[in-house]
Amino acid sequence: MKELGIIVCAKQIPDPEAPLSDVSVDAEKKEVIVDAPQVISPFDENALEAALLLQEEIGAKITVLSLGKKVSDTVLRKCLAAGADELILLQDDAFEKLDSHSIASALADAIRKIGEYDLVLTGRQAGDWDSGQVGLILGEMLGLPCINLAGEIKIDDGSVLVKKNIPEGYERVKARMPALVTVSNEVGELRYISRTKMLKMLRGASSIPSWSSENFVTAKEELQKMWIVEISSPPDMRRNCELLDGASPEEKADKLAAVFKALQ
Amino acid sequence: MSDVLILGEVKDGSLDIKTLELLGAGKKLAGDLGVGLSMVLMGDAVSSAAEQAVSYGPVRVYKLEHPLLKGFSADLWLASLEQACKKINPRIFLMSHSFIGMELGPRFACRLNTRLTTDCTNLSIDPEDGLLLRTKPVSGGNAISVFKCPLEPQLATVRGKVFEPAEAVDGKGEIVDLPPEIDESMIKVESIEVVKEEIIALDKADVVVSGGAGLGDEDGFEILQDLSKALSKSFGSVMIGCSRMAVDKGWISSDHQVGLTGTMISPDIYVAVGISGAIQHLVGMIHSKKIIAINTDPGCNMFKVADYGVVGDYEKVIPALVKRLEEPS
Repeated sequence: MKELGIIVCAKQIPDPEAPLSDVSVDAEKKEVIVDAPQVISPFDENALEAALLLQEEIGAKITVLSLGKKVSDTVLRKCLAAGADELILLQDDAFEKLDSHSIASALADAIRKIGEYDLVLTGRQAGDWDSGQVGLILGEMLGLPCINLAGEIKIDDGSVLVKKNIPEGYERVKARMPALVTVSNEVGELRYISRTKMLKMLRGASSIPSWSSENFVTAKEELQKMWIVEISSPPDMRRNCELLDGASPEEKADKLAAVFKALQ
Repeated sequence: MSDVLILGEVKDGSLDIKTLELLGAGKKLAGDLGVGLSMVLMGDAVSSAAEQAVSYGPVRVYKLEHPLLKGFSADLWLASLEQACKKINPRIFLMSHSFIGMELGPRFACRLNTRLTTDCTNLSIDPEDGLLLRTKPVSGGNAISVFKCPLEPQLATVRGKVFEPAEAVDGKGEIVDLPPEIDESMIKVESIEVVKEEIIALDKADVVVSGGAGLGDEDGFEILQDLSKALSKSFGSVMIGCSRMAVDKGWISSDHQVGLTGTMISPDIYVAVGISGAIQHLVGMIHSKKIIAINTDPGCNMFKVADYGVVGDYEKVIPALVKRLEEPS
């Protein structure tokens, strides 16, 4: 049997765990300014982990695609250090602030260019725009069976089997491959990568292929940007926190117990 | 015809609360545009829900009934909805940002070549061009953005518990049958089994004791369980919550997850233990009446939004607290 081919789409975004004080809004430029390092969007890391679990179990060739105006290979090389076989950066000025439909359309072009694959995995939503659309639209554009919000993925005889949470419990579903699956965090966090592995990958001589729109986008003129009317700051969430001090944990616990009693 | 259309969802035979909220949101938009409000209902038997829907005042309730629409098969629901929308031709189409809306929305947008804005918290009409202004929190909740798109149907999914639910009126709308033309060959994703489980209803809790990555391991939840038990003697319904990280680490099931992609809650008391407070988590619990944070890092976000804070090791503080709470006063 030929090796399973998995394509994982991973987006680079400013760290969504950034402290509140490092995030601001530039209303004039209509931009969210996050003073934090770039990372792989958390649900996309879950998608990569799902791919790595399948690789361990039955063997698979994992190709990671990352699309953006500018994609840092130092951030994305983490995917290779974790165990992905190939990384392709899809970068072009034309990819700045695209709407979900256009991102999906560009990714679909890239995937068609790659040609052979069994499974396309994406995170359920990205941590910058929280839109949750690209994966499903991509599946529609490629004409694939779409499975949303996977918590566990297995392969059986040409089919993908997914366990997903539903409001009343869980459901097991099955689709013939090739298929598209969006991944939720129940899959588990991306495995730990040792410092040695990470450094080896960062210093590795291998150059990472980078495609610009000319290399793969079939209808560049159809790419559309998001139409943002305005961006503003949310209502201030901060409260005045009363810190309960004490010389020992018991003293702090006493003060906390008093707070609970007062709230009864 | 260019109505405002909403997708109703039925739970246990009647309209769910999110649908009533959608009716509220849709009515306002229809009023602003001077057009009618209509509703689509899908399922294997939705007649009584359709009767109920009429009493909320839509001009028309479209009934998409088919034996295959029992349960939720996205492929069949999508095909039915696509057929119906091509006949109804709505100007605006709204769905809940529910399990169903989250999957149907993007796929539907692609099939009708329009653009969707998900998880909207406000909707209005731009008086200049009549387009739908879609307000949505972005960047986990760090900013609020307003989007627009010229394509029709103007499509949005709507966050729950934001819009006021509609109230029943003396409705005279008509029920229109639009039987979908679907068959089993359209099913690409086959359902093997649906297993009902006891799902924790976090949004019903009076107090939520929540744990995150700072717990260090799975056993930390046992300590939180002890606190939960001690508090339940004085506070009614006390439940265990968690951050996304705790689910990622496999320590607890995701029905306990609080936040943007978990449950949004507003209990009387929220106790955050070892949760640094990523914005996606904060937006899910910030409306709690009182917030208590226990964390070793005095600089973490959670202390900035808490009312009371303890900087310290929860493994020492919580057992001492439980002991104190259980002493006869």
